[in-house]
Amino acid sequence: MKTVKEDAGAILKLFDAFEKECNGTRKSWVHELRQKARARAAELGIPTTKDEEWRYTNVAPLAKRAFTRPAPAKSLAVKDIAALLPPGLAEARLVFVDGRYTEALSNVGSLPKGVTLSSLHAALASDDKALRAHLAQYARQNDHPFVALNTAFLLDGAYLHVPKDVEVESPIHVLHIASGGEGQLAHPRNLFVVEAGAHATVLEHYAALAGGTYVTNTVTEVSLGEGAQLDHTKLQEEGAGATHIASIEARLAGKANFANHNVTLGGELTRNDINAVLDGEQVECTVNGFYIANGTQHVDNHTLVDHAKPHCHSYEIYKGVMDDTSNAVFNGKIFVHQDAQKTDAKQDNKHLLLSRDAEVQTKPQLQIYADDVKCTHGATVGQLDADAVFYMRSRGIGRAEALRILTFAFAEDVLKEIKHQAMRAWIASRVHERMAHTTGLKTR
Amino acid sequence: MLEIKNLQARVEGKQILKGLNLSIKAGEVHAIMGPNGSGKSTLAQVLCGREAYEVTGGSVTYEGKDLLELDPEARAREGIFLAFQYPVEIPGVGNSYFLRTALNAVREHRGQEPLDPMEFLELTKEKIKLLKMDESLLKRSVNEGFSGGEKKRNEIFQMAVLDPKLAIMDETDSGLDIDALRIVADGVNSLRGKDRAILVVTHYQRLLEYIVPDYVHVLAHGRIVRSGGKELALELEEKGYAWVEELAEKAGV
Ligand SMILES: Nc1ncnc2c1ncn2[C@@H]1O[C@H](COP(=O)(O)OP(=O)(O)O)[C@@H](O)[C@H]1O
Ligand SMILES: [Mg+2]
Repeated sequence: MKTVKEDAGAILKLFDAFEKECNGTRKSWVHELRQKARARAAELGIPTTKDEEWRYTNVAPLAKRAFTRPAPAKSLAVKDIAALLPPGLAEARLVFVDGRYTEALSNVGSLPKGVTLSSLHAALASDDKALRAHLAQYARQNDHPFVALNTAFLLDGAYLHVPKDVEVESPIHVLHIASGGEGQLAHPRNLFVVEAGAHATVLEHYAALAGGTYVTNTVTEVSLGEGAQLDHTKLQEEGAGATHIASIEARLAGKANFANHNVTLGGELTRNDINAVLDGEQVECTVNGFYIANGTQHVDNHTLVDHAKPHCHSYEIYKGVMDDTSNAVFNGKIFVHQDAQKTDAKQDNKHLLLSRDAEVQTKPQLQIYADDVKCTHGATVGQLDADAVFYMRSRGIGRAEALRILTFAFAEDVLKEIKHQAMRAWIASRVHERMAHTTGLKTR
Repeated sequence: MLEIKNLQARVEGKQILKGLNLSIKAGEVHAIMGPNGSGKSTLAQVLCGREAYEVTGGSVTYEGKDLLELDPEARAREGIFLAFQYPVEIPGVGNSYFLRTALNAVREHRGQEPLDPMEFLELTKEKIKLLKMDESLLKRSVNEGFSGGEKKRNEIFQMAVLDPKLAIMDETDSGLDIDALRIVADGVNSLRGKDRAILVVTHYQRLLEYIVPDYVHVLAHGRIVRSGGKELALELEEKGYAWVEELAEKAGV
């Protein structure tokens, strides 16, 4: 009989080698955190499909793989990664290669006074106060096996701190590049703290230089103070063989405005856990997602919108385009606590099937313990409108282009919510490029 | 320009066109009239290459080419345009973007440079005026939430922009009030010319008072049972479609 978990020992045995890389933080509080997480990760193991949370996404084979610590990054120049940089958004950029900060590719020049944007590693070494107050306060390292692993191997990632009432105009580009070697396993860790009344825009971007069967296991923690605003786009463009496991955990204080746009275009297996805790009144929270999958790609999005306080609004649209024999899983939880009266929560999940052989599992889960609330949810699976395709062709538009235009229109509901105009346009261009490589949308 | 010989087509296993012959030369305006269900839209859709309509016999030659061999988009690029009886709504796709993409596909086929949004806007201005269209319709999604009349006007607007050689209009008059009908007819008449052929499909002769055809054909049970000049439309109006049934019986359909 299958068990609910496999042994995580093969991954955890890298810990000794990893400790040697922790110079500068090995004797600090964060190392205690790592060791605790290591013990917890050993207890939690690697889930199998017998675990309800992982029922449709089989990560158990990871327990049997031989992983290596990423080798020191080979030296890259900005021109080598030019294709990954949104034009006109170069004002603030942190670049990580295989989980390690790469100063030569980064640029933190022109941020308003008081804003900290640095590598997590550097911030840990300098014992940044805000960092200590927020790191590992939100992520579920005690419950989620991959968050536990990430925390055990916590070393580097992006750290942003925006002090009270400061508005950061230009988007901050956090770029995690995998060199894409076989058997590499990286655990990037990001922390974005936006204090009361402050504003920021972040693009959290994953990309690869090669298509090996490497693994990215990333965790991002977000903390928004009273009335703070964060527009947060996650763009996943991992290599063709990659496994990408990501958790985003956001804690939102009263009147905060948080939007997460979760765009998945790459990787072979993707699992996102996106959790937002609405921990004050009058929070506005958007958790949206868009994904395209073809070949044998597997995309699993688990979201949790946790209405802990009254008078909050949440909006959620997840849309997927599925081709070939790809699989999608959507599990959207909305939790309304007993005293979260006047909650207004909307959830919608739509899939567009370009092939008969693609599969979709969708499960909205509403748990409502308050009586005066508005919660709606819907899920549809459909195909492109054949009449619209013919209409376009009858005007001279080629079949593949007609399909791409309609598919893009499908994505628009999600993409249009990205607030920063130039960033929205750039994400749209990445979606267009991805569509051009999707079997059913290719020009024959 | 267009030579249809003994055309037979079926849809969902049902034979609709049963040997249709029609010849159209450049510069001519032809009208096809017939009762509901006689196969008018089927003919229009077959000419545009709708897959659901299966051609089971006969031939269609367009400018010397076998039309039935071409994809719908290739036909459009070669200059065939159909103003749909029921224009399709496409939520999320801007009307202006849609039409510019179509025009650029046609232009590319003709060996012309693509137009950027500004150049396109310039080109459309005068056509919008011609059809007294509300400019805001260009900014909306294709046909989405348009009134019946707005949809029909949008079809003729597309036709004016795409500049086809053979324009087919399927019941463009239905759903139009008299003012809109006049405007649309003026638009179509301005497109008449020696290089262009127009095929007007209609149930009523009303439209033909404004777009005066050179030839009128009566379609019944999937065949043309009578052809004549513009007077035929009036005769048909007078005698009604019962007369068409008589004609059909005589013709043995
Ligand atoms: N897509 C379709 N599926 C099934 N039957 C159709 C379809 N299109 C047309 N028909 C049938 O074919 C016949 C001719 O229709 P149509 O060509 O639309 O006639 P008209 O345009 O002259 O009114 C009708 O009996 C109609 O019901
Ligand atoms: Mg009809």
